[in-house]
Amino acid sequence: MIPELGQYALVLALCLAGAGAFAGLVGAQANNARWMRAARSLPMGQFVLTAIAFGVLMHAFVTDDFSVGYVARNSNSLLPWYYKVSAVWGAHEGSFLLWTLIMGAWMLAVSLRGHVLPPRFHARVLGVMSVLNLGFLAFLIFTSNPFDRLLPLAPLDGSDLNPLLQDFGLVLHPPLLYIGYVGFSVAFAFALAALLSGRLDSAWARWSRPWTNITWAFLTLGIALGSWWAYYELGWGGWWFWDPVENASFMPWLAGTALVHSLAVTEKRGTFRAWTLLLSVSVFSLSLLGAFIVRSGVLTSVHAFAVDPTRGMFILVFLTLVVGGSFALYAVRAQEMVSSVRYGWHSREMFLLVNNLLLVVALAVVLLGTLYPLAYEAVTGGDKISIGPPWFNTFFVPLMMALTVALGIGPLMGWKRTPLPELRRRLAVAAVASVLLSVAVALVVGSDLGAGAVLAVVLGLWVLATSLIDIRRRSARGLRRVPAAYWGMQLAHFGFAMALVGVALTHTLSVEKDLRLEPGEQTEQQGVTFLFKGVVDARGSNYVAQTGLFEITDGDQRLLLKPEKRRYLASNQVMTEAAIDAGLFRDLYVSLGEPLGEGAWAVRVYVKPFVRWIWYGCLLMALGGIMAVADARYRRLRVREASRLAAAGAAS
Amino acid sequence: MRVKRRNRLITVSFVFIGAAVAVGLMLMAANENLNLFYPPDKVVSGEAPTSTGIRAGGMVLAGSVQRNSENLDVRFVLTDYKGSDFEVVYTGILPDLFREGQGVLVQGQLGEDGVFQAASVLAKHDENYMPPELEGMGA
Repeated sequence: MIPELGQYALVLALCLAGAGAFAGLVGAQANNARWMRAARSLPMGQFVLTAIAFGVLMHAFVTDDFSVGYVARNSNSLLPWYYKVSAVWGAHEGSFLLWTLIMGAWMLAVSLRGHVLPPRFHARVLGVMSVLNLGFLAFLIFTSNPFDRLLPLAPLDGSDLNPLLQDFGLVLHPPLLYIGYVGFSVAFAFALAALLSGRLDSAWARWSRPWTNITWAFLTLGIALGSWWAYYELGWGGWWFWDPVENASFMPWLAGTALVHSLAVTEKRGTFRAWTLLLSVSVFSLSLLGAFIVRSGVLTSVHAFAVDPTRGMFILVFLTLVVGGSFALYAVRAQEMVSSVRYGWHSREMFLLVNNLLLVVALAVVLLGTLYPLAYEAVTGGDKISIGPPWFNTFFVPLMMALTVALGIGPLMGWKRTPLPELRRRLAVAAVASVLLSVAVALVVGSDLGAGAVLAVVLGLWVLATSLIDIRRRSARGLRRVPAAYWGMQLAHFGFAMALVGVALTHTLSVEKDLRLEPGEQTEQQGVTFLFKGVVDARGSNYVAQTGLFEITDGDQRLLLKPEKRRYLASNQVMTEAAIDAGLFRDLYVSLGEPLGEGAWAVRVYVKPFVRWIWYGCLLMALGGIMAVADARYRRLRVREASRLAAAGAAS
Repeated sequence: MRVKRRNRLITVSFVFIGAAVAVGLMLMAANENLNLFYPPDKVVSGEAPTSTGIRAGGMVLAGSVQRNSENLDVRFVLTDYKGSDFEVVYTGILPDLFREGQGVLVQGQLGEDGVFQAASVLAKHDENYMPPELEGMGA
């Protein structure tokens, strides 16, 4: 009986979303205060009902209710309880329920935090979000119902959660990623509300900015976590594959990064307004496109969910309506915007423009590489191709390097225009410092790095040097007067440089060997000795394993690494658990391949220098984004705005 | 107005350059890095080109997997269960989900002798998921 309650809750949430969409959009158009109030309170209902449905599904998992088909396919009575909980979002239906739950949470947040907004604008924002939620809930109920029953023939036990997903990283990765994906619906709704109201000054940008920053931070964390998970869980040490599903999350990130920057220009200088609106609409459209790619199975991907054409069709129609509708509205309204703000060549505006153009070209590369196979198949009538990582790297790497050069210069620029002599001096100091430091680094590392890696190190230090010069300049009147948002920006930029250096160094310095090792045999890589002592049997709650024992000697440091080869009992799937000795400057990575007879094993032995910098860099970027939102100026702004509106309300 | 017009010109030229770059990418992509996919019947019939990077795939024929006991060389046969099959050689560690009777994708070069030299072997990550290339071959 309980699972049906979940379904009722979803249907009710769907009704409330429909009501919210109507009350918000029509109410604002008619300026009907009662409807607009309803539009502001309906998100609470949508969230609570979705949360009930989510709780019901979780209850079915925890109590092993295998009469629910989704539970039977993705759980097993032997599964540890915490994976039963995370199995809720382990496959398509449940993960989309999580998606709608997060959508509800964002709507609730906007409805609670939006009291500073003009009531009509606020109602429109929530109306637009309700329309989106209506589409999501309809998709869930009509094509992907997680509460479908297998009655009367309920299986005795479930066929288990995919072993790849039985992992801490996968407990957190989807929620963080979805908070990012869905969170961009807030910026989208603000942009559409601005277009609908015709109020196209930069006020909406100021309101939208903190929401966009925080969403971007979560998306960054989600992607980084996915990359880290792939690295340690897929058993062969890769951290990015340019797989369509990865690209699906990366495209909104690139567009979102551009948006974070163009919002800054629109808020501070009132320019780039049409462009910022366009980006706001595009970022969320790319989120939806990502959902389509992942959930329709149109592209070959190692991540794809099981294919169901009706789902793909539904998302495609929804995508077309949302994207088509919002772009049409944009086309009608955006021409009313004329910005008359001027800025010179050497101004911060110009460098943020460069930032946006580079990011958008990078986005175009990824989009092209991801969708080209689809187009090719359609045009040639069934010939299937794939585009490999070399193609992406060829174009993406130079773009990112150009971006990093601009990233160093931009913050040193003032708005509008910068006196050139002073700027030249600062840049010269930074350039000399970064080159000299790079030479020092090259001498310390000692090995031949290769041109690409050297360039990356120079660029990383370039960002560091320009940051330090700028921080010194900004803190001339005391460190305490520097606002949090500024530190957030520096932190994020530094994180970007760190990730860049990590990517370049791990790419050029990594040693990856697949070897045949007999017990007692040892191998030396990069001055580290790996002694294979043999394999012993082990057992977990829902798997049996063979554990390899490796004694590692690195200088006078000695440690034991225990990679595992697991066989999960319910599904009979085999899984490789790599053993990693993580370090700031290098990871040692050992995983078991297959037994080769007579006690010998195929073994992967990797030394991966600086690989962690990639994820630490992403972490710093995300922290920077969060810090920018924590800035006291936004709070002051809110208070000022509220009092101004209250005054205006009293006057009218 | 001059500054504004100039800025607009800059914007437009940047967009134009961006678009030109994008088109350039597309043309280059068409020539170089595309890996066409060939099912077993096209590999056998000689439609698949030799000595150039391609992708192929099929179901691993039961009983065909042979490992060398001295090194990491492995040989197996991919089939479409419709009478076409070809041999693959690979050096390295096979993915966890590589199993007899499962669908796999291989990337590499087809030799003149009809043996596929695989540089990488891809198996699906989820038992319910079938790469679109292999649809219709499943047993």
